[in-house]
Amino acid sequence: MANDKVLYATFDDDTILLNDAKSLVSKGVYIRDVFSPFPIHGIDPVIGIKQTRLAICAFIYGLIGLTLALAGMYYFMIVDWPMNIGGKPNDFFYQNIPAFVPITFEFTVLLAAHGMALTFFIRNWTLPGIKARNPYPYTTDDKFVMEIHPADSQMSEEEVKELLDQTGTIKVEAR
Amino acid sequence: MNFTFTKNARITFAVLMLIGVIAGVYGFMTDDTAHHNRFWANLLINGFFYFAISLGALFFLALQYATEASYMVVLKRVMEGISQYIYVGGAVLILVFLAGTLHWHHIYHWMDPEVYDPTSEHYDKIIAGKAAYLNQPFFWIRTIVYLGVWMFFARLFRKRSLLEDQQGGTKIHFKNMGMAAIFLVFFAVTSSTASWDWIMSIDTHWFSTLFGWYVFSGMWVSFMIVLVLLTIWLKGKGHLPQVNQSHIHDAGKWMFAISFLWTYLWFSQFMLIWYSNIPEEVTYYITRIEEFKWLFFGVFFTNFLFPMVILMSRDAKRQIGYLITVGVIIFIGHWLDVYLMIVPGSVGHLHFGFMEIGMFLGFLGLFLYTVFNAFSKAPLVVENHPFLEESEHLHI
Repeated sequence: MANDKVLYATFDDDTILLNDAKSLVSKGVYIRDVFSPFPIHGIDPVIGIKQTRLAICAFIYGLIGLTLALAGMYYFMIVDWPMNIGGKPNDFFYQNIPAFVPITFEFTVLLAAHGMALTFFIRNWTLPGIKARNPYPYTTDDKFVMEIHPADSQMSEEEVKELLDQTGTIKVEAR
Repeated sequence: MNFTFTKNARITFAVLMLIGVIAGVYGFMTDDTAHHNRFWANLLINGFFYFAISLGALFFLALQYATEASYMVVLKRVMEGISQYIYVGGAVLILVFLAGTLHWHHIYHWMDPEVYDPTSEHYDKIIAGKAAYLNQPFFWIRTIVYLGVWMFFARLFRKRSLLEDQQGGTKIHFKNMGMAAIFLVFFAVTSSTASWDWIMSIDTHWFSTLFGWYVFSGMWVSFMIVLVLLTIWLKGKGHLPQVNQSHIHDAGKWMFAISFLWTYLWFSQFMLIWYSNIPEEVTYYITRIEEFKWLFFGVFFTNFLFPMVILMSRDAKRQIGYLITVGVIIFIGHWLDVYLMIVPGSVGHLHFGFMEIGMFLGFLGLFLYTVFNAFSKAPLVVENHPFLEESEHLHI
C-alpha cells in the first residue's frame, strides 16, 4: 500500500503541541499517539484516548487479595491449627476478626499495588529487558513527538504533511 | 460576585436556632440525669463538633499556605468563612467549661476537688496522681492559650486575605507562608492536648496516646464534608463561577481520603486495646460496647463503608449527587462519633430524643448563620492571589 508510511512530527513545547493537536484533529487528522517525557494535561480527550481501566483492575486485584487473606487466615488460624494467642477467642472466625484486619489490609494493598504495576508494564509492554517502542530516545528528555498514520484519516502522506507544515512542529519525518 | 445573605436563608437559620433553644430549654427541664449532665453533655457535643469544623478549616487553610498549594485558591474564601465560626464555637466551649468549674454539671469528674483530698471518701488515687496536669488553674491556662492563639490566627489569615485583595503582589503570600508554618507546629501539639483536656479527661481514668490524632482526623473530615457541601450549594447558586468540576473532585478526594485516616485511627485505637486487654484501658470500650453497641459499631461502619464503596471511582467524585448523599450521611456519622466520645463518660446511658436532635439542628443553624454572615462580608472569590490564575485552570 502507498499509505504505509508513518509520520513523526517533533515539537519542543507541550503547549504548542496541545494547541496544534486540537487544530489537526478539527481538520480531520487522526493522531494515533503522542510521546512525551511527562503527562500533558488535557491531551487525552483531544486525541481520543479513552479513560484508563487500570482502576477497575486495581479494584479486582484488591478484592482477590482481601478474599485470599481472609480465606487463608480462616484456614490457618481457625480450621487447621487454632492457636491461643494472648487468650483471644479462636473458636469462630468472627470472634477473632479484629486481629486479622491488619494482615488483610496489608495483603489487599500488596496485591492491588503489585497487580496494578504489573498490569501497567504488560499493557504498555515495558517490562524490564523489553526494547523501548518510542520512536526517538529524546521523547524521554525534552522533545514531544506526534505519531500520525495518514491511512487512519483517509489522507495521503502529502496532505498530512501540508497540514503539519502549518503547525509549530520543528521536524517531520516519515518512516 | 458578592454573596448576599438572603432574608429567606436568615429566617431558615433563625428557625433552626429557635428549635435548638426550645430543645435545650425543654431538655434542661425534663432532664432527670444528675446535675443536668445530659443537657451539658449535649452542649459540649455540639459546641465541640461545630467548633472543630471551623478549626479544621483553619488548619486546612494553613496547610494550603504553608505548602503554597494553588489548586484550592478559588475555594479560599469558603474555607475562611467556615473558619470564622471559631469565635462563637469557642464561646460555647468556654461556657461549658465555666459551668464545670462552677459545679453546675459533673461531666468533668476531676473538677471535683474532693477526688484529690486523701481524707475524703471520694478520694481517687488514680486521678490524684494526675494532679500535676489535670488541675483547674492549669486547665484554664491551657484552654485560654489554645483558643486565644487559634482565634488570633483565624483573625490574622482573614485580615491578610482581605488586605491581599486590595494590594496584590506576593508580599502577603510569603508572610502567610511563614505564619502558617508556625501555626501548624503549634496546632500539631495543641490539637492533641486540647482533645485530652476537653474530651479524653471525661473518662478520667482512661488514656490513649493516639486519641489526639483520632479527634483531629474526625475534625478534618467533618470540615471537608462541610467544604464540599457548601461549595456545591454556592456553585449551584452561581456564586463561584471559577470553580470547575476538578475543584469539586479534589475536595471529594480529600473527603474520601480523610475518611480512611479516621477509620485507620479508630480501628488502631480499638484493636490495640482489644488485643492487649489491660483492665485500665478496656473500660473505655466496655462502656461503649455494653451500652451503645449498635450505635458504636454502626457509626464505625457507616463512616467507613459509605465513602469507601460509593466514592471510590473517579466518576462518583464528579457527580454532585453522590457527594451530597455520602456527605450528609457521614456528616451525621461524625456528629454521632463525637456523641460517643462524650456521652458514655458523662451520662452513661443511651439517651436519644428531641433534645439531641433539636440541639444538633439549633447549632447547625447557628453555625450556618455565622458562616453565611462571613461569606456576605467579602467577595466569595479572592481577587489577588499569586496562584489565582493557576487555580482557575485546574484540570485533573
